Amino acid sequence: MPIELYRIDDRLVHGQVVVGWGQPLNVTFVVLVDDAIATSDWEQELYRMGAPPEMTVTFESVDSALAHLAEYQSRPGHGILLAGDVETMRRLVERAGTIRHVNLGGIHHRIGRAARLRYIFLTPEEETSLRELAASGVTITAQDVPATPPVPLEQVLARTGE
Amino acid sequence: MTSSAPGAAVVRRAVVAGHGDFAAGMISAVQQISGKGDTFRAVSSRDLSAVAIEELLRATVGAHEVQVIFTDLPAGSCTIAARRVARDLPGLIVVTGANLSVLLSWALGSDDGIAACEHALERGRGAMSVLPAIVQTEGGGAH
Repeated sequence: MPIELYRIDDRLVHGQVVVGWGQPLNVTFVVLVDDAIATSDWEQELYRMGAPPEMTVTFESVDSALAHLAEYQSRPGHGILLAGDVETMRRLVERAGTIRHVNLGGIHHRIGRAARLRYIFLTPEEETSLRELAASGVTITAQDVPATPPVPLEQVLARTGE
Repeated sequence: MTSSAPGAAVVRRAVVAGHGDFAAGMISAVQQISGKGDTFRAVSSRDLSAVAIEELLRATVGAHEVQVIFTDLPAGSCTIAARRVARDLPGLIVVTGANLSVLLSWALGSDDGIAACEHALERGRGAMSVLPAIVQTEGGGAH
C-alpha cells in the first residue's frame, strides 16, 4: 500500500506531515489534492519549497487525483495523500471506492465549527459527511502525529474539545 | 517595513514564528544572553489553522513594524504563512531554519536588510557541530 495515509489537514504540507509522519513512514511522495492549488503555480511552489529533497509533492484536483489514483497506489515508495477539508476527501473517497482508511490530522477552529479534539473542529455538515463515509465502510480516526493513539470517529464526535 | 525618519537609526524588529513554544523559548534565551529579547515578537502555530496563522502573522508584523520573520522549519506552517505575508509586503524578509545563534547575531548585528540576515545565517550554520568529531583514518575511512 504505497499510499500509507489519506489525511485531512487544513495546513496541508507542514511539519507534522513532512517530519512527524514523513520520517517514520519513510515517505517519498505527497499527493496534495486541492482544486484551487492545482491551478496555481505560485501556491504549488510555496508547498513544494517546504518539502525535503527526497520527498516529491504532486498537485492534483479531485478529478485528476481520481484519474491517477491507481498509479499512486501502486507506485514504489511510500506516500501520503492530503486534502485540506472534509468535503474534498469525501468526494475523493466516494468516487474512488478503494480508500478504506481516512486520517483526521488537523481541522482547526473557524466560525461554525464545534471543538471535538484539540486539533479537530467540525461543522454539523462535516460531521454528517464523516458519519456517512464511516457508514459506507471507511475507517476514520483522528491522529495528529504517530506518537499519539488514533481516536475512532465515534469517540471524536462524542467529545467536546480537549 | 519601517517608517523611521531619514538618518534615524532603524529599530530592529522581527517575529520568531514556529511550532509549540519554539518562539517563546528562543526569545527567552536571547533575552537571557543578550538582553535583546524585546527585539522579537513570538508567534506560535499551536492549534491554529493555516488561515489563522497567516492572520496572526499579518497582525504582528503590522503592529510592530517588523522587518524579518524567522521561522523554525522550512516545511512548517509558519513558513508557509510567512511567505504569503511577505508576498504582499515588499521588503519583508523570511528566514527559515532559525536557531539561537541566528537570532543573537541578527539582534546584535549592525548590517541591514538581507545582508544582516545572510550574516546571521552564516553564524547560525557555523554554530552547529557534532562532538566528538569523526576522525579520518589514513585509509580514508572514518571512525
